[in-house]
Amino acid sequence: MFNKFVEPRWLLLTLALLAALLFLPLVAPLFYIYIISVIFVTALLAMSLNLVLGYGGIYQFHHAVFYGVGAYTAALLITQLSLPAWISFPAGPLVAALTGLLIGAFCVRLTKLYFGMLQIALGSLIWIIVYRWYDVTGGDNGIHDIPLPEFLTSIHGAYYFVLIIAAVCVALMYLIIKSPFGATLQAIRDNPQRCEAIGINVQHHQLIAIVIAAFFGGVAGVMFVTVERSVFPGLLFWVLSLEIFVMCLLGGWFTFAGPILGAAIVVALRTVASRYTDYWTTVLGIMLILLIFFLPEGVMGWARERFKPRASAADKRGRELDAAR
Amino acid sequence: MDPSAVASLLLVGLARAMILFIVAAGLTFVLGVLRVPNIAHGSLYMIGAFTAFTIAEVLGKNPAGFWIALVVAPLVVAAVGLIIERGLLSHLYQREHLMLILFTFGIMLILNDMVKFVWGADYRSVTPPEILDGSFTLGDFAIPRYSIFLLILGPLVALGLWLLSNKTRLGKISRAAAVDREMVGVLGINVSWVFAAAFVIGCLLAGLGGALVAPTTSISLGMDHTIIIECFLIVTIGGLGNTWGALIGALLFGVSQSLGLLFLPQYAIVFPYAIVVIVLLLRPRGLLRSVW
Repeated sequence: MFNKFVEPRWLLLTLALLAALLFLPLVAPLFYIYIISVIFVTALLAMSLNLVLGYGGIYQFHHAVFYGVGAYTAALLITQLSLPAWISFPAGPLVAALTGLLIGAFCVRLTKLYFGMLQIALGSLIWIIVYRWYDVTGGDNGIHDIPLPEFLTSIHGAYYFVLIIAAVCVALMYLIIKSPFGATLQAIRDNPQRCEAIGINVQHHQLIAIVIAAFFGGVAGVMFVTVERSVFPGLLFWVLSLEIFVMCLLGGWFTFAGPILGAAIVVALRTVASRYTDYWTTVLGIMLILLIFFLPEGVMGWARERFKPRASAADKRGRELDAAR
Repeated sequence: MDPSAVASLLLVGLARAMILFIVAAGLTFVLGVLRVPNIAHGSLYMIGAFTAFTIAEVLGKNPAGFWIALVVAPLVVAAVGLIIERGLLSHLYQREHLMLILFTFGIMLILNDMVKFVWGADYRSVTPPEILDGSFTLGDFAIPRYSIFLLILGPLVALGLWLLSNKTRLGKISRAAAVDREMVGVLGINVSWVFAAAFVIGCLLAGLGGALVAPTTSISLGMDHTIIIECFLIVTIGGLGNTWGALIGALLFGVSQSLGLLFLPQYAIVFPYAIVVIVLLLRPRGLLRSVW
């Protein structure tokens, strides 16, 4: 039964990678461990976006809102209400999912660009409230030195915590995509009219997808708090939303692991490039434009085309048959 | 509530709305004709403001400095836009919106760093020329001259855009291209250059907006982040591609923010966003008809 879900060699590769990541802290310097934790958080965020963007074909323009809401919820519950981590951490994703439900319920009435615009409007409303509500959120200063449980205060502790949570979330997302619901979602992406015609409630499915993505975005937000121990309004700003977009594009948005790769590349590049130059965003911008021109399917999409000649030959034959008809 | 305070806040809001309209009109024009949501539009506006600053600085005390800046800054921005359009964007029109958005985001990232490189991260300011400085007094009520200037200029720009798109050949072609670009091409019109012209007009308006805002606020890096999001919202509530919609949207946005100052000064900026959300909940596709 398991074979139906995962090809054995991919499973082996994943397990090997996980094992390597588990043993990594024993050998790697602290700075690298921290950067890799950041990659885990960012990768989870990018994957949660890809769930709706790549698999759902939904123009989720302001995904960072859910990330920020998750992070701020956990941070505020800890600092303002002094709640313990085992309550405030799960609260983050739940509030994010609730935000997703609210924003999504209004947005799914629209499609494509209008959907994205309305989401930016609603998301910016939340951003501006966080940005202005100094008494509670600390305004543009954010909240720093958030007290965390003992085991998360070391870089190693945070690394393992984030690794385990991220791995579980990725596995869950994989199951969701492979489930009947995931298949329906992809069908809606490819042809919403036809799905409507065979009796699928398109908006209903899209809304559920948005809520799920918001939930995992919220998890990523809480993970951010564990790694950085601070929150700031930039987490909900639309520029970040577009950066997540870039990660998905870079990795390849019709592939499952693409966003992980994209996030890893962006975080690594940012770390390296900002050591040498103040103009790191130029590097990102140039990379983005080159991608759009030469690699629109992303690294993983390109690799899939490149290394699977048989599949593409079959595709070609299929297309020829279609053309002949 | 003091009526003269209300009136002067209203005036501030209207003046702000005029600048927002000019920038948003450029955005919506490009959106209507090219179907490109140009995220770099805010950066072009910022370049306009910084260029105006430099020109005013170079010309020093010369009273004509501001007026020259008002003409030259948009032209500089238009030149930048033309290079972007001919060099890169014109190869991408067949792509989907998502790619075009990300492309303009890439341009935005590069332009912002260029601004940082050329002008640095300091705050700059421009003094308006003498004729627009200070204010009239009407009884016990002061009217800033610069606001009056903006209130005259805004409708002129709207009128100019209306004339351009309804009375000129270019405007008629670009409206046709917005509806069906293939058909326009079939009729033997060089659509590519129509698109270039439309993009450049959009950039001119961004530059003009930047030059106009220069005397009213401090110019700094990051001014593009807020204006672009505001303009996107204005364009959306107005109906994508509709110039008059952009005018209505800008008025709603600017006036609601300044009137918000009366009730909740700290959260004044929340009001326009709330208005946008309400409008979009009632009319998800905007107030006026979109050209799409």
